[in-house]
Order: sequence, then C-alpha cells, then structure tokens
Amino acid sequence: MYNFEFSKPSTIAEAVAALGQEEAQALGGGQTLLPTMKQRLAQTETLVSLNGIAEMQGVCVNDAGQVCIGGATTHATVAREAAAHYPGLASLAGRIGDPAVRNRGTIGGSLGNNDPSACYPAAALGAGATILTNTREIAADDFFDGMFTTALNEGEIITEVKFPVPQASNYQKFVQPASRFALVGVFVCKFSDGVRVAVTGASADGVFRWSEAEAALSSDFSKGAVDGLSAPSGDMISDLHGTAEYRAHLVKVMTGRAAAAAS
Amino acid sequence: MTQVSMTVNGRAVSGDVEGRTLLSEFLREGQRMTGTHVGCDTSQCGACVVHVNGEAVKSCTALALDLEGAEVKTIEGMANADGSLGVIQQAFQDHHGLQCGFCTPGMVMSAAALLKDNPKPSEQEVREYLEGNICRCTGYHNIVKAIMAASGQDVSAIAAE
Repeated sequence: MYNFEFSKPSTIAEAVAALGQEEAQALGGGQTLLPTMKQRLAQTETLVSLNGIAEMQGVCVNDAGQVCIGGATTHATVAREAAAHYPGLASLAGRIGDPAVRNRGTIGGSLGNNDPSACYPAAALGAGATILTNTREIAADDFFDGMFTTALNEGEIITEVKFPVPQASNYQKFVQPASRFALVGVFVCKFSDGVRVAVTGASADGVFRWSEAEAALSSDFSKGAVDGLSAPSGDMISDLHGTAEYRAHLVKVMTGRAAAAAS
Repeated sequence: MTQVSMTVNGRAVSGDVEGRTLLSEFLREGQRMTGTHVGCDTSQCGACVVHVNGEAVKSCTALALDLEGAEVKTIEGMANADGSLGVIQQAFQDHHGLQCGFCTPGMVMSAAALLKDNPKPSEQEVREYLEGNICRCTGYHNIVKAIMAASGQDVSAIAAE
C-alpha cells in the first residue's frame, strides 16, 4: 500500500472540507478499500476516515416509521439494532462477510462502492430506500449506476440511509463458496402498494430490479407466481463460478424462495 | 509519522506510525507482540483477529491511526494472571484444536468474541461464527469441539476425528 496522509474529522462539515482537497478519498470501514489499496489498485494522497463522526452512527426510527441508519454504521450494529424494526434488513446485514468484517464494514461504504456482488445494494434498491448525502437526497432507483458506479459526486458523503419498512421481506443469498460473496442475492419487499425485487451478484450492470417478478408477486405473493416466469434477461455475469444461464436461473429460484420465506 | 496511542491488553501503549500502518503491523512490529499472526493479509483468513473495543476485528484490515484511543485485546492478553492458559486456550489444548498453530490466535480471539455474546452456542452457531477464520490443518472439527467445551457444554457426544 502506498502511503498517504490520514485524517479523522469529527463532523460531517470537517469531512467534506477534508475531501475537498486534491486526491482525497473517504474511508468507511475499509473492508474493501484497504485490500484494494494493498493491491495498489487504488491510492490516495489523503485518506479521510468517516469513523469518528458521531452524527453518522446508529440506527433509529423516524416519525414516518422509516428505519434510519447513519452512513458510518457497521453491519453488526444494523444486524443487532434493526432487528426489532425491520427483521429482513437486519438478517441481510447479519450475513454480509464474516463476523469480524461486519464489525468494521459500514453501510455507507458498501453502498458507495456498489460492488456488483455486495448485499446492501439489494437492500437499498429492494426497499426503495433514500440515500442522504451532505448535499441532497437520492432515491435508490437513481443511485446505482452500474458496477462500482453511483450517482455520488467527488467528495460527496453518504450520511444516512432511510428505509421504508415493508409488510414482509426476505433476502436469499446463494454464496460463492470460496469468497462467500453473493453469486446471486435477491431481496424481496412486500409493501401495501406492491412488491419490489432487487437482484445482486448476477448482472454485469450491478444490482437491478426484476420488474416481471415484481408484477407477478404484486398480484400473487407466493413462490408459485415466480415459477411461471422466464428467467430474467439482461447482461448476466458469466465466469468460472457460473454461466450467465446458471445465474439467470438462480435469480428465479432465489426470488421464489424469498417470496416463500418472507415474513 | 504520527503518534498513535491505544490500550493493548490493559496497558497504555503509543508509537509513531505512518498513515498506512495497519493495526497488525503496529502490534507485531511496533509493539513486538507477534502472537497476532498475519496469514493472507487480505482479510480472508482471520489469523490476525483481535478485539477492538470488545469486538472481533481483522487487524490486517484496520489502520492503526483509525483506532486512536481504542481498547485492544490480543492473544497475549488471553492467559490467566498467573500465566496459565485461559479457559479457551486450555480447551484448544485439551481437545487438540490445533495442529500447526498458525490460525490459533485468530481462532481463540474469534471464539472469545462468540462466547461473550452467546455463552452456550450450538455446534452450528460455532461453525457459522468461524466463517472468517480459515484453518488448513484440522478440518475444524476439534476447533469446534474445543469451543463447545470452553463454553462448558458436554462434548463427549462429539466424536474425535
């Protein structure tokens, strides 16, 4: 890893100022960024840790009944503190990586990175979450912009993520057996006005909504409603872990299982 | 170089580090505490697991400067005050939970973190919790057995392998 200046501001305003410098990079939990920097796939002049900002920590429920998660909140904290309010989301967070990774990795870091196999993008898109930054609010539908790409501007920080709480939800993750990342992950959310289905791990474009399944599940929320659909088209990833056809089939199977298991 | 201070196994320590200095490097090279092992250095293997403010963390994937003021516990802090092996360490010895021993510091620290939150885990819970700790010798069986025994549960039904 190439060396850098390290800074750890204690407020969002200070962090934004620090990130305004040339060649500055934000650090969440570092569970992706630090290994990437070790491989010299990334380097920076200044690394700005967001882990010292109290206003970006924790889980709460707002007056509208949404679960609000600070951008620097770890997966382990979400798994623990969101369980009573939004069990589907807490369960997803509690299955990211491994226990030690969950104690460092953050929701803002995961969403900002938008790894095509990460779990949190499916949670945010599947729930129709709103991503708050230091300057604006971005709907999840407008946030993810293809593999490792988001609507975030240079130096923009995810300060909070607001999740509407569905009537029922479930995340099904088919893990790649070596990396334990999602080979295919499907998050299904049933709201009073319809069902949302978000798929991670499968597409070369990153997380996406499977609209045919959403329509089918909105009229009949059961595994059987998915059985009749043809597997989603789109730019499926094809590699030594699974062909495009295999992944497309898995999307359908995992969606059916999520609908059956949703509670 | 910037000075960083933290508490390691109850003792206040400090040292000059670079921005890129990892917690594992601060412990091993700065503090000469080489009980924490670095296996993969890519946060896969878990040999470097220590506790930071009571939670298991991969010390190869945390920056020393990000942990200013933290309470760190390493494998060197797991023995009893008289120098005898702690409960988890003793169980690893009793149940042959190691062969080469390289992964053992991380296994013991992960086991301690698990038992703090879940004092009587099921065998399945132990296996799931060790997802981020890789052992290439034992096949995990006796590690799981040792952790079950350390939790005070009867392991006589778990066959030796």
